[in-house]
Amino acid sequence: MKCVAGLDVGSTYTKAAILNSEGDLIGRAMRNTGFKLDEVARKAFDAALEDAGVSESDIGYVISTGYGRHRVDFRDVTVTALTAAARGAHWFFPNSRTVLDIGGQTMKATKLDDNIKVKSFRLNDKCAAGTGAFLEKTARYMDYSTEQIGALAMSSKEEVEISGVCAVFAESEVINQLSIGSEPSDIMQGAMVSLVGRSLQLMRRIKMEPEYTLVGGIMRYPTMVQSLTAELGGDVNVPDGDLVQFVGAIGAATLALQRLAKVEAEE
Amino acid sequence: MIYTAGVDVGSTQTKAVIIDENLEIVGRALNDTGANVIVAAETAFTTALKDSGLEADAIKYVIGTGYGRYKVTFGDDQVTEISCHGRGAVHMFPKTRTVIDMGGQDTKAIAVTDTGEIRDFCMNDKCAAGTGRFLGAASAALDISLDNLGPTALKATRPVRISTTCTVFAETEILSWLGKGKKIEDILMGVHQSISARSIGLLRRVGIEDEVSFTGGVARNLGMVHVLNKNMGIKMNVSEESHYMGALGGALFAMDRAKTAEEVTA
Repeated sequence: MKCVAGLDVGSTYTKAAILNSEGDLIGRAMRNTGFKLDEVARKAFDAALEDAGVSESDIGYVISTGYGRHRVDFRDVTVTALTAAARGAHWFFPNSRTVLDIGGQTMKATKLDDNIKVKSFRLNDKCAAGTGAFLEKTARYMDYSTEQIGALAMSSKEEVEISGVCAVFAESEVINQLSIGSEPSDIMQGAMVSLVGRSLQLMRRIKMEPEYTLVGGIMRYPTMVQSLTAELGGDVNVPDGDLVQFVGAIGAATLALQRLAKVEAEE
Repeated sequence: MIYTAGVDVGSTQTKAVIIDENLEIVGRALNDTGANVIVAAETAFTTALKDSGLEADAIKYVIGTGYGRYKVTFGDDQVTEISCHGRGAVHMFPKTRTVIDMGGQDTKAIAVTDTGEIRDFCMNDKCAAGTGRFLGAASAALDISLDNLGPTALKATRPVRISTTCTVFAETEILSWLGKGKKIEDILMGVHQSISARSIGLLRRVGIEDEVSFTGGVARNLGMVHVLNKNMGIKMNVSEESHYMGALGGALFAMDRAKTAEEVTA
């Protein structure tokens, strides 16, 4: 049987994952999404093929997901980001029941049933204060780059309270904190804690149940995961390293594998 | 002659106005607020003094207003910017019953009585959408100065519809419209429409009663004036002094106090 691919075109990053016929991850790649969604999907796909050491003709099925999923012209079908994240969470941690996915421009909490189907979900996609964009803006107001966010927060001794009402109004709050002598690291961690508060609100609304699986680019930040873990009672699943960013792409690829098996059985 | 001053320390800009006892403006100043609010207030006041040709001790009473009003260290007292905008607008346009004050970080809808007292108000303080900051984001994303936003928007022929609410996400949306080949004027008109829709929502909550006066920094934006007028089907009062309305209101309150003090001592 052939390999399959999952493409996750997110607001900030585009991720591609290749699974072999056994369902093992054999290649992955990530690119900045930018504004040419069709081009970036192709670039991420080509890079993932290269990483896997296979060619396009080895790929039997492609599923795209994420906000730009309809712009992936080489896809077979599309699935929603919620479904993809649910499948991906299950691929990593088969007992996942609640998935929290925080990306650059969205925060999503999803509850799964025994068949890995989405039972209920809540989204925050109207306001940047509940997303990675909030951390990015907070860092920017202090002249730090997105790449520095994780390390900066890790050097925090005691976070300061950041209200997290609006990512734009946070600028005055950050400036006020700096002017009274607060450390940038403590402000950065304060912003993360405010995001944790928002996450818990969303998770409570779907009546969360363990096991909890945390996914999305924001989970690259160790202190974010630590704060969430503490609030959730100490036991959470988090994919290793940069894999947190590939959960949607991998989830889409696992669905592609199922589809491919079906198609091949019919033939 | 009695002189008084109002210093309006806004989130983005600080304004100072000096008036004489005939309630005529004799000096004004405007500067960016920046990080040091105390200095911004002092700078505005000193510049307004220079503009009027008066010395500091000629000013009988100073009222601080705006979000940084407690940082006006040389002020005699503070009055909220809502009261000041209401007072200033009714002074400038006596038939004013509704005031829309659009500033750098908030938009306020204020209902006033014929004497300039506040009947009701409603403001946008939890979210930057519908405030001057939304225009600031568009200005940064499109690399067009704030002063050119309105005139450019007025050239629009096929306005786009901005679908995001959040100012941060709107920056991304603006760039994606550019990427799709939309004209800058059409994108900008969409931005103005989006702010207009949110502001009119606020105004409806206090009730839109004729005449409506437009105050705050964004009142200088002709595109915004045009869109609001068109969408409400009215013609708002706008003047050269719209930006200074809060400071003017402060100076008028200061004049009340100064005259009362004069009567007491006399």
